Amino acid sequence: MTVASSSPPSRLPLSGAKAVVPTRKAKARARGDGALAAVFIAPAMLGFLVFLLWPTLRGIYLSFTRFNLLTPAEWVGLDNYVRMVNDPIFWNSLTVTVEYVVINIGVQTVAALAIAVLLQRLTQSALLRGIVLTPYLMSNVVAGLVWLWILDTQLGIGNEIITALGADRIPFLADETWAIPTIALINVWRHVGYTALLLFAGLQAIPNHLYEAARVDGASEWRMFWRITMPLLRPVLAVVLIMTVIGSFQVFDTVAVTTAGGPANATNVLQYYIYGSAFGRFQFGYASAMSVALLVVLSAITILQYRLTRAGQTDLG
Amino acid sequence: MAAVATSPTPTTTTGRPVRRRFSPGKAAAWTVMGLIVLITLLPFYWILRTALSTNAGLGADPTNPLPVDLTGTGFERALGLQSAKEAVAQGGAGGGLDFWRYLLNSVIVSTLITGCQIFFSAMAAYAFSRLRWRGRDAVFGLFLAGLMVPTIFTLLPNFVLIKQLHLVDTLLGIALPSLFMTPFAVFFLRQFFMNIPQEVEEAALLDGAGKVRIFFRVILPMASTPIITLSVLTYITSWNDYFWPLMVSYSDSSRVLTVALAIFRAQTPATGVDWSGLTAATLIAALPMLVLFACFARRIVSSIGFTGIK
Repeated sequence: MTVASSSPPSRLPLSGAKAVVPTRKAKARARGDGALAAVFIAPAMLGFLVFLLWPTLRGIYLSFTRFNLLTPAEWVGLDNYVRMVNDPIFWNSLTVTVEYVVINIGVQTVAALAIAVLLQRLTQSALLRGIVLTPYLMSNVVAGLVWLWILDTQLGIGNEIITALGADRIPFLADETWAIPTIALINVWRHVGYTALLLFAGLQAIPNHLYEAARVDGASEWRMFWRITMPLLRPVLAVVLIMTVIGSFQVFDTVAVTTAGGPANATNVLQYYIYGSAFGRFQFGYASAMSVALLVVLSAITILQYRLTRAGQTDLG
Repeated sequence: MAAVATSPTPTTTTGRPVRRRFSPGKAAAWTVMGLIVLITLLPFYWILRTALSTNAGLGADPTNPLPVDLTGTGFERALGLQSAKEAVAQGGAGGGLDFWRYLLNSVIVSTLITGCQIFFSAMAAYAFSRLRWRGRDAVFGLFLAGLMVPTIFTLLPNFVLIKQLHLVDTLLGIALPSLFMTPFAVFFLRQFFMNIPQEVEEAALLDGAGKVRIFFRVILPMASTPIITLSVLTYITSWNDYFWPLMVSYSDSSRVLTVALAIFRAQTPATGVDWSGLTAATLIAALPMLVLFACFARRIVSSIGFTGIK
């Protein structure tokens, strides 16, 4: 559509060079666009090598060293890994993180699916889609602070409502058992709309005539959901799950502003512990070893999920 | 053309029989939808209500649905317009945070990242999709593998690198690792560039346009919709980033809004949290993204499937 507006000026300077075009084109075909491609790819390549590939390799290297940032890294072999395996706080962090991921992803996936289906079957309103996306525009820090205030034990409106209903105040973020579920749900609030829109996009690809045919056959919405929506959404759902699980394992911001890992390590998620080891205790080697462990866990989960859910395949023939 | 590319199956949005008679199931579904909207939006109202109240009023009347002692002092405190003495008297910490400065820092970092990252990624995507050169698929495969590395894994080594470059506590240091590309942006744009019909490019070639000119005059304009969507999402992501700026920035000169908010939160005065000031600061941090979203909402909402699922 914009070609029409851009081609007239391009014609001007080349009126005399028309004859050259075929030979130049033939030459270009013979040797490809190598030189030009090199120029076009150079900045991205620089970024890839310096800020992605190199740090990945360096992170693995650092995990085998003792490094405090001030003196050069010193090779210590597997020391960091031995220490990690024997570190009860590391295992606690891993457990807490897994607990967070299970609650976060479980609730979020079900809620996002419900929202997506409601948006698909009930209304196509773009306004509603915009509204459910709003929390996603907030940073995790903002979302954390918003709910820190609402769930405050003394003054929060959440606890005012709970006491009005006749129950006792719940110290949501100050209690060892409540803290992780609370943080998990705060992040559901922020991310569920985005996840729902991803699933909604997947739903849009399901041909409408399938629903119409089912309705003619007298199928209920419930039945249509299980027989049409779920099977055909599976590949999209699988990819969304892999993405959200990987994101969920990296939880940090919300913990940092609401509980700072407490009470008593109850919310000391892996990423928070890694940050503390590096920037609180300057053990960059040990922090890197735990990062490698996280990387391994994430890779394993990705491969496993990919296999189990057959993410690459679709049933839509 | 571009409009077709962003909505995979336009037919499903029309022609769906929406009008049906009242049924209990439908009423229940609408009720659930209404609840979802309430849970989504009420927290925003509650923050506004709190920001416009005084701390004393909040303690005295925690359930009042309207602002208690309607006032703008929370915002004054967040923007550093109050003297320390005044702030402390009203339940603030008097720490003297300057949100105007952090706002400016956030704008600089996010604009720098978005502009450079999208442009460089588009250049690479063009080379991967429309130029022919040896090793193209292998290099692209390498970029794709980069998608598998969780961003968080590269943060520690990148911090070490930024420190060696003496860029710690600078805005450039915050922006640099995200400045050149993300594998996702390259991948995403490549998909769109590949969908642009070959004939369009050939027509331009016959007109004598070079490949560089085609990139600027044909490919970029034709892919403007996905580029804008990606830009807005990238802007939001960099604006909301907290972990990386927290590592790199130590002082006012490079402090961005997210980090400043967390510091504001940590400066809890002895009398208790300055909720009025904190919620005002929260709103200041969130407002620009709400405005940005309001401008592009329709476009983003309708093309979000592609950004996420590739």
